[in-house]
Amino acid sequence: MHELSVCQELVMQVEQIARENQARVSSITVRIGPLSGVEPALVEQAYPLAVAGTCLSAARLVIDSIPVRVHCRSCKQDTIAAPNRMLCAECGDWRTDLLSGDELLLASVELSRDPIAEVSIQ
Amino acid sequence: MCQMCGCSLPAAENHSATSHPPHDDGHEQLTVLTNLLARNDEAAAHNRAHLDMHGVLAINFMSSPGAGKTSLLEATIRRLRTQYRISVVEGDLATENDAQRIRAQGVPAIQITTGNACHLDASMLHGALHDIRLADVDLLFIENVGNLVCPASFDLGQHRNVVLLSVPEGDDKPEKYPVMFRAAELVLITKSELLEHIPEFDVQRARGSLQKIASAVPVLELSARREIGMDAWIDWLHAEKRANDRRFAAREQVIHEHAHALGVAAEARTGAD
Repeated sequence: MHELSVCQELVMQVEQIARENQARVSSITVRIGPLSGVEPALVEQAYPLAVAGTCLSAARLVIDSIPVRVHCRSCKQDTIAAPNRMLCAECGDWRTDLLSGDELLLASVELSRDPIAEVSIQ
Repeated sequence: MCQMCGCSLPAAENHSATSHPPHDDGHEQLTVLTNLLARNDEAAAHNRAHLDMHGVLAINFMSSPGAGKTSLLEATIRRLRTQYRISVVEGDLATENDAQRIRAQGVPAIQITTGNACHLDASMLHGALHDIRLADVDLLFIENVGNLVCPASFDLGQHRNVVLLSVPEGDDKPEKYPVMFRAAELVLITKSELLEHIPEFDVQRARGSLQKIASAVPVLELSARREIGMDAWIDWLHAEKRANDRRFAAREQVIHEHAHALGVAAEARTGAD
């Protein structure tokens, strides 16, 4: 439900990177886990609204969906789990620790430094 | 192949650098890895520093609308108001109703109305903290907007998250809302007086639902209205307050020793002159 504000924060962070590097941004990669509380499909919908009228309006959004992975305290195995069934896939024990799946990250940006971009920034 | 952008540079080169070398076409892949809630998290850390400076223990209450957060606060204040100086921050989309109920218990309450926002965030709490004299507060209760989704993602600067699950809601809520229930440091099954009328709610199944999301959170059952099971909840609060007081005292001790050491160093310098 708060995906638009997440996208607005994304725009602020990437605009700053573009300014610091004096470059144009051609694509933005975010990493979202199912336990982040943010829905990738809604981020995709909110993204065009957040970038409209900014220097990122032509930047492509790439969403890296990260699966839930858990470490079992009992059998020590690392396995893939569902967000609402985080049991060890190996032995079925519920005493697991989350390894990944709660990420909500700006992973990377692709910058382009073609001559046109240099001109448009200066 | 490069794991970052799929180009054909060997993997070892990619992982050692944060900036990917420019490709022939003038494109450059820059690894960032910053949290998209970083601004909120910074504001939350700032709030926590405010609270810690005065030794205030802050508890964030989250649940569905109507699970009994305000009723629990009223009953808790009745039990604790002679022992602690309590303040309450109320979050709702609209109205001062909840703040008025708290004020009727004789403690100050600040109402944050979020408009259409579905959760409190750290900057909203920061605004409210400036209206509270933290030096005169022992316990700060924050009643978040009734919602089992969004509030879980926003750190406010609280010390503990308490999530309420009321009996009429059903015992499988933890696995339906894993993000919220995994954020809980205590789960309270509220309106326990209804257990005899709602056989569909099985406390053991609720505990099992928490285990499915790998949560070992403590669970207490209580009825704020009938004042059943309140003792264990009040004991939990006392224990948390004592632990917070110990952290506060240890921090004060460090500051004192540091100031003392600086003083001794200054004297030594003066003596040397």
